[in-house]
Amino acid sequence: MTFARSDWRLALNRFGYGCRPGDGGRAGDPKAALFAELEAPGGAHIDNFELRSTPQILQDVYAYEARKKMERDVAAVAALAGSAMPTPEVAVLLFPAASPAAASRPEMVGSMTSGAALKPETPPQQTAFRADARVRLAQSYAAPIGFVERLVAFWSNHFCVSVAKGPIGRGAAGAFEREAIRPHALGRFADMLLAVERHPAMLNFLDNQRSIGPNSLAGHNNKSGLNENLAREILELHTMGVGSGYTQADVTQLAYILTGWTIVGREGKLGEPGTFVFNANAHEPTAATLLGRLYMQDGVAQGEAALADVAREGATANHIALKFARHFVADAPDAGLVQRLAEVFRETDGDLAALARALVNDDAAWSAPPTKIRNPWELTIAAYRAFARTPDDPGPALNALNLLGMPLWQPGGPNGFSDESAAWTSPEGMKTRLQLAAQFAHQIKDAPEPLELVDDILGPNASAATRETVSRAESREQAYALLLLSPEFQRR
Amino acid sequence: MSPSALPHLSRRGLLGAAGATFASATIPRWASAAAARDPRLVVVILRGALDGLSAVAPIGDPDYAELHRELALRWDGEHPALRLGDFFGLNPAMINFARLYDAKQAMIVHATATNYRERSHFDGQDVLESGRLAPGQTESGWLNRAIAALPKGERVGARALAVGYTAPLVMRGPAPVLGWAPSGLSPPTEDLAGRLMNLYAHADPALAKALQAGLDADRMANRQGMDTLKPGGDIALQMKKAAIGAARLMNADDGPRIGALAVDGWDTHANEGGATGRLAQLLGGLDGVFAAFEGELGPRWKETIVVAITEFGRTARINGTVGTDHGTGTVAFLAGGALAGGRVIADWPGLRTADLYDARDLKPTTDLRAVLKGVLAEHLGLSADALARSVFPDTIGVLPLGGLIAA
Repeated sequence: MTFARSDWRLALNRFGYGCRPGDGGRAGDPKAALFAELEAPGGAHIDNFELRSTPQILQDVYAYEARKKMERDVAAVAALAGSAMPTPEVAVLLFPAASPAAASRPEMVGSMTSGAALKPETPPQQTAFRADARVRLAQSYAAPIGFVERLVAFWSNHFCVSVAKGPIGRGAAGAFEREAIRPHALGRFADMLLAVERHPAMLNFLDNQRSIGPNSLAGHNNKSGLNENLAREILELHTMGVGSGYTQADVTQLAYILTGWTIVGREGKLGEPGTFVFNANAHEPTAATLLGRLYMQDGVAQGEAALADVAREGATANHIALKFARHFVADAPDAGLVQRLAEVFRETDGDLAALARALVNDDAAWSAPPTKIRNPWELTIAAYRAFARTPDDPGPALNALNLLGMPLWQPGGPNGFSDESAAWTSPEGMKTRLQLAAQFAHQIKDAPEPLELVDDILGPNASAATRETVSRAESREQAYALLLLSPEFQRR
Repeated sequence: MSPSALPHLSRRGLLGAAGATFASATIPRWASAAAARDPRLVVVILRGALDGLSAVAPIGDPDYAELHRELALRWDGEHPALRLGDFFGLNPAMINFARLYDAKQAMIVHATATNYRERSHFDGQDVLESGRLAPGQTESGWLNRAIAALPKGERVGARALAVGYTAPLVMRGPAPVLGWAPSGLSPPTEDLAGRLMNLYAHADPALAKALQAGLDADRMANRQGMDTLKPGGDIALQMKKAAIGAARLMNADDGPRIGALAVDGWDTHANEGGATGRLAQLLGGLDGVFAAFEGELGPRWKETIVVAITEFGRTARINGTVGTDHGTGTVAFLAGGALAGGRVIADWPGLRTADLYDARDLKPTTDLRAVLKGVLAEHLGLSADALARSVFPDTIGVLPLGGLIAA
């Protein structure tokens, strides 16, 4: 097997989302095409008028959740009062705050008393999630190579939030990627870091909206206290990396610095509901020392300065370079490659387009054998691309991701989904890949002959064993499944 | 071999009858019979090429045992073949089919094939299901076109049913088709898993190890009765579930009258098994399909025909891995209360090397399309003209086989 920069398939598989029919035989220089994708106008942005901003989404979520809570309260009262009692009056009597809404929705309360089920209603957070998921899938199916989309996915996973973190988490996960990741995926790391840490989805995910400085006004009122979660993950996961020299004291100091970074709630006391706000009343009003530097700024400027400095730490460059190379090239990437990427990161002050270019320019990124197993997201996208399918309904793809253990925007923890092959080659995982490939192939109609597709998608690097296995399949359907399951398709 | 030794399989007699029937113009007799009844037709596609010589064994042929060796069925032993007369024995996994055969509600067509003479599954399935002369024309299937060609006002044309996630090619086309899949029905993955394990063992040991462990765990779960509704369950059970569901739909007064389902897994290159083993398990599943339709359709079974067909047969001689490779002639199964059953229809070509097709395969002597045309003509009342033009285009010379259904 040979791997050269002239290999379109390698470029598509390693840096993009895999071959669509005909891609393997493209003319021209794949490296130049990768650069061109980085420079394309629009960058990583998504312009889609159907997608809504975080505040728009969260305002709907707030309203929906408030209404649901009221319904639950009404139902609880009805249960207490006994089924024979007419509930609306009880609700009005016992919940004066809720009564205007209850009165304006007699059908709703009435349905409670009659015991009839409400018409199923899609919560706004689910609507928002699906809308963003649909667009993310569509972008990935359609990208000529998909390098920029892969970068977005990488950074989105690096700075992950989770839809499992309540209604706000579900509603805002897609918008978070659009608003905090995409605008900076080809920009500066420090800008992305700041955009991420002040985004409502992240403040909610890592509990910073509850973090209150003990000496702040709110702290004096004993509202609650400091929450270190966000500060710890910024140092451990987002920037410097675990064991890179920061101390517990640094974590605590950063947590103080970030007190007051929160989300405007439903009532809108501090601004437009669902937006980021710096709440001075919750901010620890003192100077702080982080990593040996003193931060004396007032208000939000203190945190902005601290994050800007952490982004420039040498440990951050090393941490990012290793993760970047591990994601694209190999579980244990060439040390020289990592070193060179870290250098570029430092020298360009975290220019992420420069980082991406440096990866593509590095021989080590091309010469490594294709040992990495495609993660479920990459596998799903690559399968659709190989068969030139661009389904509008995100349901089947999202379902496949759930079954394969990589539900969209729902990692198990703030460290995101694993970037190591072993995480995805569990016995259960491989068995599920088999079953899903069979199901996927079962729905293929009007695809090229299986061996033509092997030539096209896998190319000359398809092993004789793979070719023979596909050619001996007992049906086209089985042949397609075997193509999708072949080592050449599973690994990149 | 003298036909007199085989009283149940005179091709000359049968084809003669068919010719006579269809010579009498466009058979108003059958058309009116079909209109008076409320017939149901189910087509089961066995993908992967069924070994007809292990399913319905010519035990009376002196060359059979030597060719099929370990896989050969026998009259004696622990798992004796089920007798279909003195010459043919049915695989012991198919007890229901044998019962129906004895009740004259089932029949076999042996040494049959379409016009396709190469050995590619994909192309063979194209020809089998599209009803075209050559592969590659996959926009519609003959069963769908048969529905479109039914006499106007024929109730049977109202609805057709395709079982599974997507319609098999045989059922695709202009006529509207209902789709239905039992929850949990998934493409059978056992055969796929075996092939993939083979590939991984050669090409990617790490994936092989992980997948093997996953499959082992799955089988254990299945043995304990867990997971039976999940993909990967026992293939016979999945086939039966699909058939029961389809039969219930077709039993409704306003339900579909024509159904199609496809079952993968018949490509038995290695460790095929004979009276027991992998093929027997599949045949047991198919037996369950016939039984499910019989049981669920109740009184309507007498107006029903279920046909099971495959793209081609397998080598007469077993290969080096105790299996069989792609061949030519094979069997078709027909069951249903509407049949004039209890017969094996075959012009037996013999199994001496000189008798074999390309010196390796059972030689096809009955055109499978003639059998299918016969069913469509007699059971559904399609005209010979429609059959030769739109259902099986350019087959004017392939006459429908007559006398298949009970008068």
